[in-house]
Amino acid sequence: MSADEELLEDLLAGKHRALARVISKIENRSPGYRDLVSELYAHTGDADVIGVTGSPGAGKSTLVDKLAETYRDRGETVGVIAIDPSSPFTGGAVLGDRIRMASTVGDMDVFVRSMSARGTLGGLSTATADAVKAMDAFGKDKIIIETVGAGQNEIDIVRTADTVAVLVPPGSGDEIQTLKAGILEIADVFVVNKADRDGADRTVQELRDMIQLDEGGGMAGGSGHHSQEVIDAHDDWDPEDDIDEADAETWSTPIVETVATRGEGVDDLLEAFADHRQYLVDSGEHAEQVRGRYAEEIRTLLREDVNAVLEDRLAAAGGVEDLAEAVRQGETDPYSIADDVLAPVETCLDDLEIDNG
Amino acid sequence: MSSEQEQESIRCLVAKVGLDGHDRGAHVIARAFRDAGFEVIYSGLHKAPEEIVQAAVQEDVDVLGISILSGAHDTLIPKIMDGLEEYGAKEDTLVLAGGVIPEEDREELMAEGVAAVFGPGTSIEETIEFVRENAPQR
Ligand code: B12
Ligand SMILES: Nc1nc2c(ncn2[C@@H]2O[C@H](COP(=O)(O)OP(=O)(O)OP(=O)(O)O)[C@@H](O)[C@H]2O)c(=O)[nH]1
Ligand SMILES: [Mg+2]
Repeated sequence: MSADEELLEDLLAGKHRALARVISKIENRSPGYRDLVSELYAHTGDADVIGVTGSPGAGKSTLVDKLAETYRDRGETVGVIAIDPSSPFTGGAVLGDRIRMASTVGDMDVFVRSMSARGTLGGLSTATADAVKAMDAFGKDKIIIETVGAGQNEIDIVRTADTVAVLVPPGSGDEIQTLKAGILEIADVFVVNKADRDGADRTVQELRDMIQLDEGGGMAGGSGHHSQEVIDAHDDWDPEDDIDEADAETWSTPIVETVATRGEGVDDLLEAFADHRQYLVDSGEHAEQVRGRYAEEIRTLLREDVNAVLEDRLAAAGGVEDLAEAVRQGETDPYSIADDVLAPVETCLDDLEIDNG
Repeated sequence: MSSEQEQESIRCLVAKVGLDGHDRGAHVIARAFRDAGFEVIYSGLHKAPEEIVQAAVQEDVDVLGISILSGAHDTLIPKIMDGLEEYGAKEDTLVLAGGVIPEEDREELMAEGVAAVFGPGTSIEETIEFVRENAPQR
């Protein structure tokens, strides 16, 4: 048995160190990591994946800790991936989320893993998705991804999750205005954490207004859960009004207040997660989501592979530096170089088509 | 395949165990490691040996740096080493100790599997150099 096969076997057998090693291989993109991840797929699909995002210091880690603790009380195993996308020029980072996750220390059935960006943010969402696969295959029931919510890359990261909670602490009014488009798009549940602070009610109201505005005047009943009336009303929904959603149930983003430091509101939040999960399955959106995710993964992998082929071609043609210098000297131009570099690849592909045809 | 561009980084856990509340040295080391380009996870104060082991295993760190100024190193460090062994992580983790550790205790710690001891006043550069040279290749 090869070392990697052994590693995979140990992971599937529930050995913590094997899971840790596999995630490292994924992060490092060690030789053979792709085969390893490819083997993992057959064993995945059972975990619920939850994303927790929000501005720095919103209380994400504290809340994730309490979520993990509550899941454990219910007998479920938990994996946590805490991502710190900020790394200075040195490439080094102090990963500080773990320190807040102390409620479950000593319990190996909560597996917390900290990850940094290592210079390439784009790669981080792939690494996150693969690490989720590893935890899923290991047998974790719930997997929570924590990341700071700022830009597109973080949005890509939380897309790995089935359900995304966005933390909005009290007094984020201005922020709500500026983040509006981005967070509305990704939030499945809003969490007004630090609800012990002044202004929580106002923040809840601001979020509610924003959601209603987005839903076109609150047709779906504002925030909260779907009452039976609302669902019934869908039966005679005017299809002109809402063509795509004529039959499907719609999801209206609920707002849950929490005090993470004291564990308050955590049960309500878990209920909202469970409701969203149910909605995803019932509406068929889950299948859609998963398909979309895999499509993106396939594209990303292919792009990586093709890029690698191109880098090899470039190197074979003398390296991009020399070619660029040749352009600077007026000897050639980028278009000609691109054609020349790609020509052998194209010839190869043409030959293939002839062979097959 | 050639696309598998490796992106390795040295991962370190800087750990404080037991009742020891002296955390300046641990902060200095954590920051220095970060500036050297390492990924650092800091345990926080007052951790039990099992908690340190759990973090070291799950985070799959290359380097475990234990900072102790309380004088309890001779009981706490062996517990951590045993825990690492239990998870099969002892052999390929570089374990360092720092803080106030008397000269005469060092040999015993080295026998337990600690690779080096860095007392007050050791140069940061030297420490980082040591980590770069001795971090496990795996
Ligand atoms: C500052 C200090 C305090 C501060 C701590 C503030 C803080 N948040 O850290 C305060 C006033 C709170 C304090 C309290 C106490 N202290 Co005090 N304190 C010191 C003092 C004077 C300096 C420590 C320090 O911060 N140095 C600066 C840092 C940067 O250096 P460092 O920690 O040694 O770290 C360097 C190296 O050791 C190494 N290193 C350290 N950790 C690591 C880890 C790794 C991985 C690596 C590679 C290297 C490394 O690299 C660092 C940089 O060079 C020392 C005496 C001394 N000279 O060491 C006593 C000392 C540590 N304290 C001592 C004592 C007894 C106490 C108290 C019990 C006193 C009391 N009776 O109340 C309390 C206990 C507090 C507690 N809860 O643990 C004793 C310990 C005796 C022992 N070990 O046998 C000492 C040695 C003083 C003495 N000579 O008696 N203390
Ligand atoms: N008052 C109050 N403080 C809280 C609450 N939740 C978290 N905090 C505090 O907010 C601070 C930041 O908490 P973290 O959990 O580290 O926040 P985070 O969002 O994970 O932070 P980053 O990962 O650094 O972005 C800590 O001091 C927490 O104790 C809460 O509900 N109420
Ligand atoms: Mg955090």
